[in-house]
Amino acid sequence: MAETAGARKSLGAILVDCAIAALITFVIAAPIMGLRTVNSPGGMTLQQHWGKVLTAVAVVFFGRLALQLFVWNRSAESSGFGPLLLRLLLSALIGFGVGTAVCFLTLGSGNVSLAAAMENALLAMPWNVATLLFALAVFSLSYGFFPNRTAPRERADAGGFLEPLGDLLKLALLVVALALPFLPWSDRYILDLAILILTYIMLGWGLNVVVGLAGLLDLGYVAFYAVGAYSYALLSTIYFPLWFPDWLMPYAFWIALPLAGMLAALWGIMLGFPVLRLRGDYLAIVTLAFGEIIRVVLINWADFTGGPNGISGIPRPTFFGIPLDSSDEGFAARLGIPYAPIQRIIFLYYIILGLALVTNMVTLRLRSLPLGRAWEALREDEIACRSLGINTTNTKLTAFAIGAMFGGFAGSFFATRQGFISPESFVFMESALILAIVVLGGLGSQIGVVISAIVMIGGFEAFRNLDFLRAVFGNDFDPAQYRMIVFGLAMVSIMIWRPRGLVTRREPSIYLKERKAVSGELVAEGRG
Amino acid sequence: MEHQLLTVEHLTMRFGGLTAVSDLSFVAKAGEITAIIGPNGAGKTTLFNCITGFYKPTEGQITLQHEDGTTYLLERMDDFRIAQRAHVARTFQNIRLFAGMTVLENLIVAQHNMLMRASGFTIAGILGLPGYRVAEREATEKAVRWLERVGLVDRADDPAADLPYGAQRRLEIARAMCTDPKLLCLDEPAAGLNPRESDELNRLLLSIRSDIGIGILLIEHDMSVVMEISDHIVVLDYGEKIADGPPLQIRNDPAVIRAYLGVDEEEEEPVVEKLVAEAVTGTVAPAAVVAAAADPVVPEPGADSHEGRP
Repeated sequence: MAETAGARKSLGAILVDCAIAALITFVIAAPIMGLRTVNSPGGMTLQQHWGKVLTAVAVVFFGRLALQLFVWNRSAESSGFGPLLLRLLLSALIGFGVGTAVCFLTLGSGNVSLAAAMENALLAMPWNVATLLFALAVFSLSYGFFPNRTAPRERADAGGFLEPLGDLLKLALLVVALALPFLPWSDRYILDLAILILTYIMLGWGLNVVVGLAGLLDLGYVAFYAVGAYSYALLSTIYFPLWFPDWLMPYAFWIALPLAGMLAALWGIMLGFPVLRLRGDYLAIVTLAFGEIIRVVLINWADFTGGPNGISGIPRPTFFGIPLDSSDEGFAARLGIPYAPIQRIIFLYYIILGLALVTNMVTLRLRSLPLGRAWEALREDEIACRSLGINTTNTKLTAFAIGAMFGGFAGSFFATRQGFISPESFVFMESALILAIVVLGGLGSQIGVVISAIVMIGGFEAFRNLDFLRAVFGNDFDPAQYRMIVFGLAMVSIMIWRPRGLVTRREPSIYLKERKAVSGELVAEGRG
Repeated sequence: MEHQLLTVEHLTMRFGGLTAVSDLSFVAKAGEITAIIGPNGAGKTTLFNCITGFYKPTEGQITLQHEDGTTYLLERMDDFRIAQRAHVARTFQNIRLFAGMTVLENLIVAQHNMLMRASGFTIAGILGLPGYRVAEREATEKAVRWLERVGLVDRADDPAADLPYGAQRRLEIARAMCTDPKLLCLDEPAAGLNPRESDELNRLLLSIRSDIGIGILLIEHDMSVVMEISDHIVVLDYGEKIADGPPLQIRNDPAVIRAYLGVDEEEEEPVVEKLVAEAVTGTVAPAAVVAAAADPVVPEPGADSHEGRP
């Protein structure tokens, strides 16, 4: 039922549509919001909250009505991105306001006092927001968000609001990243968050090689992260003390880092071999299983990996052998500056920044080498690749190996930063998060990964700091509990607006006269 | 120059109970255009897939010999090794370009193996050693030469998918030529082209043959193309070779006419036969013949199920 440009519906059809939306909301909201079990002295009792349900239904009904009138039933010419967003927001506000008002009035006129009704509606406020967003997402999915669905190519180009910024944005991000520890407002919290974001950027870039360039869907990427982390942890705590003299031990991280990368790459090839012939969904399932196998092995092989207890006491990295601690041999003492714990954090920050930048540089360089071009060609058409004499087996294996290697580097960094690792850090959720970062950023786009990692990881964190919302929604309101639903919705909406991710255009790896970006609509997503 | 480039001997390809190609033997020479023709389902594309390694033949031997005498047994090689070592390049019936990559990138990817060696299997390339940059410049020059030849140099930086259909066909041929083939296999290169484009294609293929002297193997339904440019024609029907010879001989071969038009039974037969004869001698628009050939008097039972792609 995708509306064509400029088509107008009759009022009756609109009302029926809104009624259906309201009915569906009722069906969903009644058991979730309307009925609540409470532990009371006499056992468990069922509380009924029909006020909340009514509010949700009213909000969805009027929100839908406003969307119908102001967004969907408009002609295609007036549907630029800015005005459309404005009208969407307007519709959401109208739905929210009118819905809440209706709730007040109906409940107020019944056997409930006006004060009680208002209190009830206020309590339902967070629910209203959530329901409205949820309903918007559901219905935009089923009906099509955009009036001019018939022109997908133009839509993608019109929505490319990130792309004109291009190089300027990249440069600005790089400068901010380099200067971050010395900015006046940077404290330990900000740096820790930045380290976390950079770790995910690096993982995203690593996975981008496999998924974005070679088009091989990998749901078990966290396995390589785990291999890297455990490689460093085991080497530095058990094996290096046996193999190496003591004076070499401060360099453990720098010796183990390449080894961890190589081990992860080896596991990448080991995963690659059995899945060479698989495509698409089958490939995704096997890689998913591979990720779980690694985790289950880590839990159960307790003699070697420490099992669920993990490995602790992992040594910290040193600055060319100089530890960053308060001892006389420490970095601060040698430099003659007072010791502060944040120095170690800043050092870690620069390590991960360096690792991430190396990852990016290598990936960008690979893209303009025959190997990288073969990855992209493989994503576009595997049979054509073989007809041109490209060894697709080796090409796929190198993609798995190099992607895994970057994951392994990130893993060793994770281990040295935490000082403690356990299998709990390497669950499927991590793979999904990394994949979400890559997909949201735009398959194959390096800057897209950066933006989506900042938005996703930073956004998750931001929910902890929204205490001012308590003033609006009451003291019971805990914003952190809403982050999952808001992020789910954000992802759904981005996938509707920009189904290929934030940055869709593909930069050609070589050009004759003019570097023209290739529209994302033309680029294959890869079938495995 | 005219050595026996490709020798197919007793080639048989069975899919379960169906024999797509049956005991086929023929020779294609270097510096010649060999056309493979036959009704739909005759096994032409299956033959191509066997030659280029996408199918492993059930029986028979396919030998490719370079001018220097090196011999390759194609039926024993992997598909990508056939392209890489024996230098057999192909195009596809349904165009298979790298749609999301630019025209130039398509041609650079085709030179993968040369560039891979130049980049020291990536290691030297990552380190930025100069050898790779030189090789890449040479690869670009070669790509540009081919783009000029197929008239696409102005569109070098556009995505391949944005090209019109005829240009995509030409690009696919240019991409195959960038692999430096000794044998070029073209699967219906004129399909979907208008008469002018089809004429350009003829000239392109003739110039490839005369300038570079490689062998061309051509599957084609458009008789104006086949009769005009091929030096040698092999006719297949139900997987069997029914005729083999120069165009003049094929044109008058009763078995070929029967395969294309059905057995002489009805009175309108002579009319159609005359049409074919006129078309192949070039007096009537070839479209009439293609239409007649596409609608044979006797239906072909189950003949078209294995014109498959790999």
